[in-house]
Amino acid sequence: MGPLIPEYISPEWNNVVAIVLGIAFGYVMESAGFSSSRKLVGVFYGYDFAVLRVFFTAAITASLGLLFMDYFGWVDMAALDGLPARVYPIIVGGIIMGLGFVIGGFCPGTCVTAIGIGKLDGYVFFGGIMLGVFVFSEMFPLLEGFYNSGNVGDVSVPEYFNINPYWFTAVVALVAVIAFYVTLQIRKKVKKVQY
Amino acid sequence: MDINSNKQHTYWNPYFAGFLMGIILLLTFYITGRGLGASGAAKALVTQTVHAVATTHAENNTYYADQFKGGKIPISNWLVFEVLGVIIGAFISGSLSGRAFFRVQHSPNITSKKRLWLALLGGALFGFGAQFAKGCTSGAALSGMAVLSLGGYITMLSIFGGAYLFAYFFRKLWI
Repeated sequence: MGPLIPEYISPEWNNVVAIVLGIAFGYVMESAGFSSSRKLVGVFYGYDFAVLRVFFTAAITASLGLLFMDYFGWVDMAALDGLPARVYPIIVGGIIMGLGFVIGGFCPGTCVTAIGIGKLDGYVFFGGIMLGVFVFSEMFPLLEGFYNSGNVGDVSVPEYFNINPYWFTAVVALVAVIAFYVTLQIRKKVKKVQY
Repeated sequence: MDINSNKQHTYWNPYFAGFLMGIILLLTFYITGRGLGASGAAKALVTQTVHAVATTHAENNTYYADQFKGGKIPISNWLVFEVLGVIIGAFISGSLSGRAFFRVQHSPNITSKKRLWLALLGGALFGFGAQFAKGCTSGAALSGMAVLSLGGYITMLSIFGGAYLFAYFFRKLWI
């Protein structure tokens, strides 16, 4: 039963595995065009929906894979590293991140991809992330109360709403397919942007 | 500009790329029990730097100090190695398709200098916001959604919701 580290593979390999998986992740992101800020923000202006297509396909593929592996007893999905859902800080943080996305044109993963192919705006964006982390950390004593508020624990959506995880994932996949179709129609109507 | 417009068609089919990304994420969970990420590497770099420059200051702040718990070294965090891999992987892919060279990419409506200032500001907001959500688009939203985590779904909805909320005001930067 997974995860393979530390049971079957020695934890010393952890960082090697990290680099190898990182290379694969970076290769795919760059090949999908995620090193281009102008392609990424297309999803917010209707001229390129690559982010939506790649992101949802990836999330659903991984979810389906994990559900199968859980069913066969290869992993315990509930034991995998999820994050505690601290509802209010996540919503506020997410909206701030969304603002950063439309101003800066990257998110942290895509900015690192852009660094890999020499985009100077990617380097600067990463410097910005470090600045933001620094400011947050220094302000932490003030933010600590809010940071820990609204915690409902490390729950999954099906657990929280008491629904069947298989049906939930099927509905998410259906919503994604509808979104793929609708955005295709939107893109036909929106003025093309050259980049 | 001509070079860029031709390159547009050499990107992979997004569903193919998404499928492969999902398989990589699945493997990551199966091998390590955790997901992929990115902003955590920036956090590790900041914490390590602050600790090196002002050790007592870092030890008195629980946000920094938590990352040293149990003799841990932030800079040897899993995500730091993963992000180094992402840079290498992107470089390989970009080199094979002739996209790897130094430049600033921006809309013709704005100058390079403006683009760099905006990238700094956007990055700062992203880095700040990611701390509240304990992760960014890859670590919290994508990896969280893969395990059907409530936090992951809320993070995804808030990031994209926030971006759509503000997109109109910054349209001149992009279109």
